[in-house]
Amino acid sequence: MTDAIAIATALRQHRPRWIEAIPWILGIGGYFVFSDQLAFGSQILIAILFALSLDLVLGFAGIVTLGHAAFYGTGAYAAGIYAIHVSHEPLSGLLVAAVAAAAVGAISGLVILRTHGLTQLMLTLAIATLLAEAANKASFLTGGNDGLQGIEIDPIAGLFHFDMFGRTGYLYCLIVLFIAWLFTRVLLASPFGQSLVGIRENVTRMHAIGAPVGARLLITYAIGAAIAGVAGGLLAQTTQFVGQSVLSFERSGEVVIMLVFGGIGRIYGAFIGAAIYMIAQDQLAKSDPEFWNFWIGLILVLSVLFARGGILGIIDRLRGR
Amino acid sequence: MTLALETIGLSKQFGALGVANDIHFRLEPGARHALIGPNGAGKTTFVNLLTGRLAPSAGRILLNGEDVTRASQAARARRGLARTFQINNLFPALSVLENVRLAVAEHRGLTTARRALIEEAYATVTRLGLSDDALTPVRALPYGKQRLVEIAIALACEPTVLLLDEPAAGVPGGESGLILDVIERLPAEMAVLMIEHDMELVFRFARHITVLVRGSILVEGTPEAIAADPRVREVYLGTRTHG
Amino acid sequence: MQTILPALVSILFHGLAFAMVLYIVSVGLSLTMGLMGFVNLAHGAFAMVGGYVAVTLMNVYHVPFGLALLAAFIVVALVSAVLERTLYTRLYGAGELEQVLFTIGLVFMAGAVMRELFGPVPLPVTPPAMLSGQLDLGFRTVPMYRAFIIGVSFVLIALLWLGIERTRFGARLRAAVDNRRMAEAIGIDTSLLFTVTFALGSGLAALGGGLGADILAIYPGYAIEYLVYFLMVVAVGGLGSIRGPFVAALLLGIGDTACKYLVPEFGAFFLYAAMIALLMWRPAGLFGRI
Repeated sequence: MTDAIAIATALRQHRPRWIEAIPWILGIGGYFVFSDQLAFGSQILIAILFALSLDLVLGFAGIVTLGHAAFYGTGAYAAGIYAIHVSHEPLSGLLVAAVAAAAVGAISGLVILRTHGLTQLMLTLAIATLLAEAANKASFLTGGNDGLQGIEIDPIAGLFHFDMFGRTGYLYCLIVLFIAWLFTRVLLASPFGQSLVGIRENVTRMHAIGAPVGARLLITYAIGAAIAGVAGGLLAQTTQFVGQSVLSFERSGEVVIMLVFGGIGRIYGAFIGAAIYMIAQDQLAKSDPEFWNFWIGLILVLSVLFARGGILGIIDRLRGR
Repeated sequence: MTLALETIGLSKQFGALGVANDIHFRLEPGARHALIGPNGAGKTTFVNLLTGRLAPSAGRILLNGEDVTRASQAARARRGLARTFQINNLFPALSVLENVRLAVAEHRGLTTARRALIEEAYATVTRLGLSDDALTPVRALPYGKQRLVEIAIALACEPTVLLLDEPAAGVPGGESGLILDVIERLPAEMAVLMIEHDMELVFRFARHITVLVRGSILVEGTPEAIAADPRVREVYLGTRTHG
Repeated sequence: MQTILPALVSILFHGLAFAMVLYIVSVGLSLTMGLMGFVNLAHGAFAMVGGYVAVTLMNVYHVPFGLALLAAFIVVALVSAVLERTLYTRLYGAGELEQVLFTIGLVFMAGAVMRELFGPVPLPVTPPAMLSGQLDLGFRTVPMYRAFIIGVSFVLIALLWLGIERTRFGARLRAAVDNRRMAEAIGIDTSLLFTVTFALGSGLAALGGGLGADILAIYPGYAIEYLVYFLMVVAVGGLGSIRGPFVAALLLGIGDTACKYLVPEFGAFFLYAAMIALLMWRPAGLFGRI
């Protein structure tokens, strides 16, 4: 193999592939085909974004967390409070959500990254619980048990107002998801993203070649938090309501389940897992909403025992990889 | 002349057990220095102290004149100290090129263009004679070639001080020649400290030898002096020479 | 000063009861975590099921208190032993994420089943006739039932500590926690030890669930809502230790009660913050060996 071929092959490693256009084709198609269910469609997009943010933290930084909703909820409340008290402008609201969540992510990251194992897991849970407790008590700001209501959002860029069919909301979510996905894809293909792979593969060697491992993981954690915050902000802006459940363990557990179903560390696991979870939940909730948890639990148990790697993992095996 | 690497009174205790005792060590720029000693002498401990994997109980470590006693492993690596491991410590699922590229990226900075990183990594890979295997996952390579990748990663950091921890360990006889070649072609201005058991390799490579026994330096000198020293023979063979 | 003392006594008393229950439930988790290195988030589910068994036996079938608790212990210990032998063993070498997902799955399943069988409302707890009413401590009266819980807890804990420190089983357990390879090398059957310890720990959790039904309400969300408490006790106390979680449970139980009583506007916020700070200072826990 000549030098040029080797170098060219290596450079091509992260080129976009045609198959990667499918989610966006489906997303745009969904706008037209399911035009009466666009509110639900927005929920799916938000769930995908949330799961994508977790993939950065869990799949690429390798941090097992049961408290990722801490950042989702922070973003939701931040965007909601911003809309009520400062400005109805949506884009700056998303920015506020991202920054608030990133700040919480950076501070909590400093705490949890000094630990590992059960202690680290417990801390992720404790931090989310702490924030939920704070949101509950600070009801003058968050609405407490009743939730944050009366959020009004101005038209995006002064032109696209949020209609009652959810059309603007859906496209808004789709575009934000696209930007976040693009950012994540570029980040993971970059030397920074490659160093995360190195940290996952052999952290000792990364130390030995001079990589500031702690700082890298902290940055990744904060970025994951920021994106989760944006998802929360989208929720606040499109539903115009923020309930206490945004900081709950249910949210944190749900997003882990979604990502695991789809496949961790693959980016598209978030898309597949979140979409299937949300659709299945919507369908099954009609028959027996409470027993849904049993099936989720069973699928989790079975997938750990027999189908690690989620749906993408199953697809890989079927294709003979 | 600033020493490439120096330790002053370096000591490490585990409870009552002293694994490194008041070691005064000097490594000059461009050195070809070997550290030998019987099993359990504390050679790998010493390397771990030098690289920062272990914190000393007492003493100081100076890298190119700068005190790095409290510095982390990564900080010392960024200041020009690279090491290889006694047992291969690679990124098994990644290709040879990707393994080296990770080190190049840390050395040149993450904002460097991808093409530049790949080209530099490829150049290092070629220098070690691994260009044919550049895209092969490391775990698919024979052990001897993996050992070369081990060295390639360290070289990609362009260190001023290179610590080789038993570079020929575990390499089948037929493949060890590759390792020797690479070591002989290391840049003249690089200070190289090698830990080895293979005496043939030591005497071919070293211009200066330090003998470590039970955590202390027994004797230092040129290869000829060390070979003739009765204390060294006693330590290795356990007998006094007669006559 | 006159008004402070009764409040203080109240806090200490209720906090102590809470702490005892937390400890009895959590100590099994600390042991299995330290022994097997397995992150068993379903531990709270064993306490929950034990609570359902004990309280239902008492409420519906009028089984005496002691027998109901014993039944809960036995049922959960047996079920957990079966689970351990069939499913948990397959995951001992697996990564942390797999263990977390697996045990969370079990928690979801257990919660859903309890909801189907018993409904979403917390089980009412009616103490046996002779344990209801107030106990007069002289300067203050306290609920008799809580005092009983504290008393029984002390006895259980004393038995546990004696068991760990004085029996051969306890010696083997301590050896295996300290150094599993060495323990195996000297002939300790660690596989059997795991199963027995797991069963005992889960049975103990069931006891705690039944005993503490008045304090930690038995309802389908039990295993999730109180998970953070159990994990905190174990993490702050230190894995593989039985004294560490005791101290941690005291801190958590009394601290939580004090916060809810003295600064209800902030609730448990300060407590969580304090626990987090403690873990940052001592990442291995107060008495951690790992």
